[in-house]
Amino acid sequence: MLKVENISLRAGTFELSNISFEVSKGDYFVILGVSGVGKSLLLESIAGLLNTTAGKIYLRGKEISEGKIQKRKISIVYQDSDLFPHLTVFENIAYPLKSKKERGIKEKVLKAAEQVGIEDKLNRKPETLSGGEYQRVSLARSLAAGNDIFLLDEPLASLDSKSKSELRQLLRKLNREGITIIHVTHDYEEAISLANKIGVMEKGALVHIASPEEVFHHPKSEFVAHFIGTKNFFKGNLKSLSQSDLKEFTTKNLKIYCLTNAADGESYLTILPEEISLSNEIEKGSSRNHFNGKIIDIAPAKLGFEIFVDAGVELIAIVSGDSKKDLQLDIGKKVWVNFKAASCKVYK
Amino acid sequence: MYKLNNITPLNLLFTFLGGALLLFIVAPIAGMYLNTSGSELTEAIKAKDVRESIWLSLWTSMAGTLLFSFLAIPLAFILARKDFPLKNIVNGIIDIPIIIPHSAAGIAILGVVTRESWLGKFADLFGIQFVGNPAGIIMAMAFVSIPFLINAARDGFAAVPERLEKVALTLGASPARVFFTISLPLAWRSILSGLILMWGRGMSEFGAVIIVAYNPQTAPILIFERFTSFGLKYSVPAAVIFVSVCLLMFVFLRVTKKKV
Repeated sequence: MLKVENISLRAGTFELSNISFEVSKGDYFVILGVSGVGKSLLLESIAGLLNTTAGKIYLRGKEISEGKIQKRKISIVYQDSDLFPHLTVFENIAYPLKSKKERGIKEKVLKAAEQVGIEDKLNRKPETLSGGEYQRVSLARSLAAGNDIFLLDEPLASLDSKSKSELRQLLRKLNREGITIIHVTHDYEEAISLANKIGVMEKGALVHIASPEEVFHHPKSEFVAHFIGTKNFFKGNLKSLSQSDLKEFTTKNLKIYCLTNAADGESYLTILPEEISLSNEIEKGSSRNHFNGKIIDIAPAKLGFEIFVDAGVELIAIVSGDSKKDLQLDIGKKVWVNFKAASCKVYK
Repeated sequence: MYKLNNITPLNLLFTFLGGALLLFIVAPIAGMYLNTSGSELTEAIKAKDVRESIWLSLWTSMAGTLLFSFLAIPLAFILARKDFPLKNIVNGIIDIPIIIPHSAAGIAILGVVTRESWLGKFADLFGIQFVGNPAGIIMAMAFVSIPFLINAARDGFAAVPERLEKVALTLGASPARVFFTISLPLAWRSILSGLILMWGRGMSEFGAVIIVAYNPQTAPILIFERFTSFGLKYSVPAAVIFVSVCLLMFVFLRVTKKKV
């Protein structure tokens, strides 16, 4: 339904580079990324509010990159402050209908208001609405416009948790009723609860587009890894070794031996903190990986302590209180970090 | 409300300085009122030339403001929304009427509106004359007061979130509809301020108007003529009446504006 092909643009200090993705009718595509990676720019360029410097956008098979904004039939809903403050709720919802000189405006406004549950707020001015009501009116106005692709820019960011969950329900309902949604957010729970497809955005580029399960089970960005609690997440290069069943994973000059059947080349590696042991002397055992490093931080965990060691890269180990005491682990102390090649989870 | 601990020496000093300034504005005007007797005022109000000159000032200035707003408001919108080469120079040009002597402004206007000029000749085709005519008064008033409207309107448009205009476009509105239903209503308070200022400034203009049209006489010229021909005593009552009319209109418009 919507195909974005290699679009790039620059606006102030922000830059988008070579963004491509495709959204089918009825999709709920969530673009996930920290603030300031250019998510809003992407939405505004799809809506036609910003000019792209390269690339093409196809809507329903037709190229619209140069087309007029008002002919795109794409609505955009922002986090807040996008209702017309001088108009009532009714007038806001009626705005697109009047723009298109449609008939039966009153009935259509009422229908859209009922769809989002704000039919009793029609005479109010936007400034008197709560955060949740405000967003509902904005959605109703988009529905009234007859647009079937909604671009939502952090629509739940300024809501309390109750309104958030109610609005999520509403968004799921609208999506089931046939509205295709592209929703940008920095909230990973929001992404899981709504999306059937997620695009992870980092530094102006979409780095991973996949189903929510895939994105969260095989994170390809530190951002996602951080969210799902993966502590030791590295991006690097995997290389087979001759005369060995081990492979060598290189990240920032650190070479890690892994027992894996993943193919050589660029890959991601995670190690559970529970699988890493610390020692004052190098461990003599079945561990293949030993790195000497300095403890840079110690934090109490749910169970035991998280020890942050700088060994060229930051590695986190979980140890018990007893071990911490016996090994006299303290910030600034040099220790050995040990883990088995088999503890490394490597994927493409 | 001031709290007791807000009374610092600095605040006291600033309050004193501010008070002195207010006195500087209010005292001369109040003095004029106090030095005018009721009978003098009645006599001035009865004088036909006084009434006519005040009416002339009011309507020409109003007409100039309304006529030129059709040019000024679109320009202000462009200046607030678009970037283009030499924009700073355009902004500078708009302020020129504020900084040049108004007599010089009058001479400049006269050059363009005489019957020998192209504009004069063109207007002549429609039977319009500028020199010594309300049309000329309107031109002179508008010339010196237009920056107030353009600047206020430009600031008003700039304060309208661009996002709202963009959202309106995504909702199928044409750019013209966006301008008339979103940008203009949201900038209206500032534009109204600009209209009031332009109207007030135009109405009180003396220098430029006297050069383009000594007659028919606007109120400032009448006051000046009474002063030069008959002296202070004779000019003050007319001045008091004109100032009162100006103040009444000004207060009325400010109050109305608050309710917009």
